Amino acid sequence: MLNPYLPFPVAIDEIITETEDKNLKSFKFVFLNPEDEEKFSYRAGQFAELSVTGKGEIPIGIASSPTEKGYVMFTVNKVGLVSSCLHSMKAGDIMGIRGPLGNWYPWDVLEGKNVVIIGGGFAFTTLRSSIVYMLDPANRKKFNDIHVIYGARTPGMLLYREELTAWEKRDDIHMHITVDGTDDPDWKYNVGFVPTITEQKAPPGSADTYAIVCGPPIMIKFTQPVLDNLNYSHDHIIMSLEMRMKCGIGICGRCNIGKEYVCKDGPVFTLAQLNEMPREY
Amino acid sequence: MLEYIQKIRELAKAALKDNGVEGVIGFRKGTVPLMNEPYLIKKPEDIDRLVWDSHCGINLTNYLTGRKGRLGIIAKGCDSRNIVTHIIENKISRDQLYIIGVPCKGMVDRHQISALFRDEIQDAKENNGRIIVKGSGREESFAKADVLQENCAICMHRNPVIYDVLAGDTVEEQKDVERYEDVRRIEAMTPEERNRFFDELLSGCIRCYACRNACPLCYCPTCFVDESRPQWVGKGQDLVDVKTFHFLRAYHCAGRCTDCGACERSCPVGIKMRILTKKLEKDCLEMFQWEAGLDIEQRPPLDTYKPEDPEDFIK
Amino acid sequence: MELIKIDKKAWAGGLEKLSASYALYGPVKEQHFCNFRALEKGEAPDLSGLNSRLSPKGVVFPQSQVMFTYTVDENQAEHHILQEAGEKASDRAVIGIRPCDAAAFLMVKQNFDTPEFKDPYWLKAYEATVKVGLACNDPCQSCFCTSTGCGPFSETGLDVLLADTGDFFLARALTDRGEHFLKTAGWNQAAEADPLESMKKKAEEKIVSAVSTEHLKDKKTTDLFDAPFWEEVAFACINCGTCTYVCPTCWCFDIQDEVQGKSGVRMRNWDSCMYPLFTLHGSGHNPRDKKPQRVRQRFMHKLKYFVDRYDGGIQCVGCGRCVRLCPVNIDIRTVCELMNNFELSQC
Repeated sequence: MLNPYLPFPVAIDEIITETEDKNLKSFKFVFLNPEDEEKFSYRAGQFAELSVTGKGEIPIGIASSPTEKGYVMFTVNKVGLVSSCLHSMKAGDIMGIRGPLGNWYPWDVLEGKNVVIIGGGFAFTTLRSSIVYMLDPANRKKFNDIHVIYGARTPGMLLYREELTAWEKRDDIHMHITVDGTDDPDWKYNVGFVPTITEQKAPPGSADTYAIVCGPPIMIKFTQPVLDNLNYSHDHIIMSLEMRMKCGIGICGRCNIGKEYVCKDGPVFTLAQLNEMPREY
Repeated sequence: MLEYIQKIRELAKAALKDNGVEGVIGFRKGTVPLMNEPYLIKKPEDIDRLVWDSHCGINLTNYLTGRKGRLGIIAKGCDSRNIVTHIIENKISRDQLYIIGVPCKGMVDRHQISALFRDEIQDAKENNGRIIVKGSGREESFAKADVLQENCAICMHRNPVIYDVLAGDTVEEQKDVERYEDVRRIEAMTPEERNRFFDELLSGCIRCYACRNACPLCYCPTCFVDESRPQWVGKGQDLVDVKTFHFLRAYHCAGRCTDCGACERSCPVGIKMRILTKKLEKDCLEMFQWEAGLDIEQRPPLDTYKPEDPEDFIK
Repeated sequence: MELIKIDKKAWAGGLEKLSASYALYGPVKEQHFCNFRALEKGEAPDLSGLNSRLSPKGVVFPQSQVMFTYTVDENQAEHHILQEAGEKASDRAVIGIRPCDAAAFLMVKQNFDTPEFKDPYWLKAYEATVKVGLACNDPCQSCFCTSTGCGPFSETGLDVLLADTGDFFLARALTDRGEHFLKTAGWNQAAEADPLESMKKKAEEKIVSAVSTEHLKDKKTTDLFDAPFWEEVAFACINCGTCTYVCPTCWCFDIQDEVQGKSGVRMRNWDSCMYPLFTLHGSGHNPRDKKPQRVRQRFMHKLKYFVDRYDGGIQCVGCGRCVRLCPVNIDIRTVCELMNNFELSQC
């Protein structure tokens, strides 16, 4: 019987410090057994359990896109036991990843539609996966207009800055990068909270427009009324939730909201679905 | 003791109406024999729901931790000593409380009665110092004194030490009670014997933490067993981890425990862990002449330093 | 399959024969109450008296179980790579399990055996275990199994059903494994009569406790969630975890890594939604940091979320253990009635 608790052994290939406070690092992993990469085939929006042997496991959204081959990338915030240990590891160290887990953004529904991505802080990881996926030459034609509104506290806290700059130069994607505040005179982009920039820059809601929203609770709380005013219907607003998880496969019983397990029936839910669920997140 | 209930109801009702309390913490009748449920009564018209009998052993001070606003509470001797400790430790302030003190002659141990009766207890009544129990078509009557909770049998503080009103006349305190016979027995063992004793005592522990949660003293926002950085104690069934939990918890209660028995009462597998806290209680008495929760002005010995504190452990 | 009569004098001999082919488990009296554990050589299960204090779920789902072992010694070849642990589950038989606990196994199986993921630890142990049940002639006052789709003579989840007539046992094999079990014991004397139906009726009539569950499915989840009675229900609760640990249908667990020296294990331990740490995020946010929220979660899960997710009734078999053992007498029957009868206009 396949053991769903057994991780694929991986080695750390590269570590990139993403933010100026050094609390966020991106890790690229390569599979020790090459055939595991195939078994790990995933879709943008999914997560995996990163297993640090001797410390534990943490559920982290997959930041790399399925179109990027040869490695899997995760961006991890240093908050606790496992993430701190991970941050102190070096290239070549061995650990495990278990997955891919959870559901994914509804790519089949999004085909032929306008996609508005709204992200804040370090919740941007699966959104990077989505953007890279959509911008891939094999996929770009499947989607109409793509807007991205992404903000962080300061320029130094934005993730994937080089990629953001590169995307900003493209003409097949509208980037609206913002920071809460900055005294950097060279800052070229927006200044303002994500909900404010969303109000100014996001296209109006319609039958052909979907929003993917991912961010800290405070950002979501204030972005919601903006989207309502722009006439986004609740089944066109797609969200990715966070929850404390252990098994990641809907068995240990920990991550439920109502009858749904965030790790198995989510983490992607539409707002319409969330409205029917207990407000316990 | 049953005669207290009228007075308790009267005092609680008056407290709700006139003393500015949002509620009174007491008991309401349980849904199984020999049990009552802690209850926060808020409306004077519900006052008849309050009960008081020999099955009120739960320590209600447990429900005071971190509460805001003004509350009434029905407190026995041990409960009132825990209230003193709570006030000293800043978990609640004196002016938040309206304490209805109840002198107590002891609460009964339902697991002991169950074991003696052997069959399922389907009904239980109390009358004249006797507990009459019915089940499986037969009836048996026990003298209350024979089925008291173990801590009640050796209690020397049956009257509340702090209160705003008393629900009955004070009762005579038991004198010259031998409290530490079992502690001495274990003190006399060799270290190997003692280790075996503790292994046997704690081997059935399922780490449910009912003992910790029932105890009014255990109010840490994150208990040491739940810490992960560093992880002090494992969470499995390894006896070393189980013993660590129980021993350390006892140490954290040293100089504070009033032997209310809530821990033993709540254990679903019948572990008699009071032996650990009683040893520390005996040590505090002998080394510092200290009993917990008797004086709201005095700080406990593990909080204070006096030049005459014993030093013979410094070699 | 035919009804077998087991003379009580033939009981011990049969057990001895069985112990050669199965690891035997059963209720054993320890101090004042019974618990399920492995039987020693020559030990008979205690089939008198009331149900065990802890449920037999521990036979298939131990409180603490090693899932993987590993070494962190970088000189070793497979360092930091997890190796699957767990001995091959040998054939075992649990004798004396009550119908409520047996039905609980099937309920719990829905969690551990899903189309997408199968838990090998639970399933291997479950599939290796023959369940020999003992019908209840004298249900307790706190038993309400008949309200949950079960009953004192229910056969759900069992391989053999035993019934005690006083002078002898009656046994009916319900599956091929059950038949093999009886054959191995050498119990093959056909019963002269079949009084099981009338025994069952008598036992069911003795059940005095009941809960109503018929409206739970139709209630709106968010209405029940926001109901005003949770504060009062939760007041007495001390969030101790006793209810979840003694409950045969509770299955939540925690996964922990523990390292001693250079070798370590990844283990799982029972966990409880009653504990504040259960839903604590790494960021420090806790959606259930207040006691009433956790108490609400337990009852909503058992009486509503499970009903909606699996469409097979409430996640409770009416064994009554939580009712009897809760140190502050919180009663699931009371809460079930509150939920079943809740109307939005009652606010």
